[in-house]
Amino acid sequence: MPEVLLADFQVKRLEVLNEKGEADPELLPELSDAQIWRLYELMLLARIFDERAVALQREGRIGTYPPIRGQEAAQVGSAFALTKQDWLFPSFREMGAHLTLGYPIPQLLQYWGGDERSQKVPVGLNIFPFCVAVGSQIPQAAGAALAARYRRDPVAIVTYFGDGATSKGDFHEAMNLAGVFNLPLVFICQNNQWAISIPLKGQTASASLAQKAVAYGFEGVQVDGNDVFAVYRATGQAVAKARSGAGPTFIECLTYRMADHTTADDAGRYRSGEEVAFWAARDPILRLERFLERRGLWSPQKREEAAAQAAALVDAGVAEMEALPPPAATELFDEILATLTPRQAGQRKVR
Amino acid sequence: MAQLNMVQAINQALAQEMARDDRVLLLGEDVGRDGGVFRVTEGLLERFGRERVLDTPLCESGIMGAAIGMAAYGLRPVPEIQFLGFTYSAFEQLFAHAARLRSRSRGRYSCPMVVRTPYGGGIKAPELHEESTEALFCQVPGLKVVVPSGPYVAKGLLLAALRDPDPVLFLEPTRLYRLLREEVPEEEYLVELGKARVARPGSSVTVVAWGSMLERVLKAAEGYDAEVLDLLTLNPFDSEAIIASVRKTGRLVIVHEAAKTCGLGAEIAATVAEEAILHLRAPILRVTAPDVPVPLAKLIDHYLPGVQQIRTAIDDVLQY
Repeated sequence: MPEVLLADFQVKRLEVLNEKGEADPELLPELSDAQIWRLYELMLLARIFDERAVALQREGRIGTYPPIRGQEAAQVGSAFALTKQDWLFPSFREMGAHLTLGYPIPQLLQYWGGDERSQKVPVGLNIFPFCVAVGSQIPQAAGAALAARYRRDPVAIVTYFGDGATSKGDFHEAMNLAGVFNLPLVFICQNNQWAISIPLKGQTASASLAQKAVAYGFEGVQVDGNDVFAVYRATGQAVAKARSGAGPTFIECLTYRMADHTTADDAGRYRSGEEVAFWAARDPILRLERFLERRGLWSPQKREEAAAQAAALVDAGVAEMEALPPPAATELFDEILATLTPRQAGQRKVR
Repeated sequence: MAQLNMVQAINQALAQEMARDDRVLLLGEDVGRDGGVFRVTEGLLERFGRERVLDTPLCESGIMGAAIGMAAYGLRPVPEIQFLGFTYSAFEQLFAHAARLRSRSRGRYSCPMVVRTPYGGGIKAPELHEESTEALFCQVPGLKVVVPSGPYVAKGLLLAALRDPDPVLFLEPTRLYRLLREEVPEEEYLVELGKARVARPGSSVTVVAWGSMLERVLKAAEGYDAEVLDLLTLNPFDSEAIIASVRKTGRLVIVHEAAKTCGLGAEIAATVAEEAILHLRAPILRVTAPDVPVPLAKLIDHYLPGVQQIRTAIDDVLQY
């Protein structure tokens, strides 16, 4: 008997903006100059926030911190396509998405400073707490998507995770649920190519992460993750598809973790300076600047002004975070259960 | 009043709460068309439709994680894990997330869900189908653990669990599913979580048990002036009721079908030692399974505590 071909698939990569700052006019998203400038401001804010957080850790003013340097386009570009009604299930390295959605800067710093109270996400933002257990937020996003559909809410549920998470069972269980139930869910993989010391080729033998979606029966696309327009365009299409009930999408943002895994890591132990330099030259902020300059919207002076504004926001956030009084011992027992057990109530009394 | 077994009582509670509250949804493996492998959810798909009774793919962690997302979104999901032994692959979701979502988000999100799972030994099922590792779950703050011992309390406890604002693990003793029939009122009633029940009053020895062991303890207690406490909720357990009974009887025997070391009996014994040691007239005894994995059917009767072992323990504390 002749063999029958059961499946034949293609995986696409989306690029809009090249290294020189030239955009494909057919693919460039419909954004006003003011919106594009806003994207730039947010990417700068993310960069400056990140630099400050690393410095605060070095000075002992916050605890261990996972830098986002290099991933600003992949985070700002994707979150810029969301509304505050959408739900976000982040991992722990997407502060650029938080900043884009208006998450208070003091509260972001407060979390990395080890203060539980920071995880009370402001009302009006449907963002889940940081998820340090890799990949475990992904099935939770699938559940929220089931609930949103049950409630007929026209929202998208979005979950962020890294390339390492695609090796975990929870990722695959959630991808499978999304396919089987055709959920209004957008998977945004920040493929920064390193999970601590394990490079992408140590996580998967697949030619791309995007193609994993094919096996679960829905669309997967790779985008140039350092191209803010490509990320924005792909995310915009995926959330519109989700809100309209047309099902899930997997977006692989191929980017690069320019810094260490966390402030407790030394990436020099496992990767070359040449590789880091190669990606530093592909900095997502530089690329957007070249685009803006071609449009006559950018100059070194404008950058300085925008950077000074961002630094002022971060400075104010640091001051506010550091002015917070430390939590009282009894706050150990806050919000453990709706009503403390008798034993917990007794333990609280003697704190 | 209808005589129902535990399967019917649980089914009735689920149906009544689903009719009352459209936030209640069931999800799990085979819970829909098949009505669950023990038929506990039989007829609910037909009555409430596919949006409220979801047959999921085979993915315990995915089921548990999805239930957390549903609960945070404002629903009251009831995930069924087919057997307690299959929750092991969902531990991270249950321990790291469901139990601490309220705490992690400082109250912004909560996780009102009831994880139903059959548990316990003595049903001639394959490996990992007869686990009794309830104490593992009791170690996790933020998670309540409830075990009914018969049809009447099963219905009232389940309704109370479904209305609880926090996650509840609801362990259904498989050996009892169809063993006992009791009068179960059609109308709704709640059995309060966190409260033990005096299953049999007495004054010379207190015997604490739960789940399927209660039936054996009641048999063993015949002919003794023993007070039998049915714990019903394992976390938080009703230490007040245990202390009150021990103050009266001066003797305590704890019976569980889980392994001895770090079983819930240890916590109960320690609590009584801390709070009522001077009332004791004999050492506290535990009648438990040995510290070995739950065996298959041929050895299970040598594993589960039997009526005679319980009697021996009662005799020992009475004659001390």
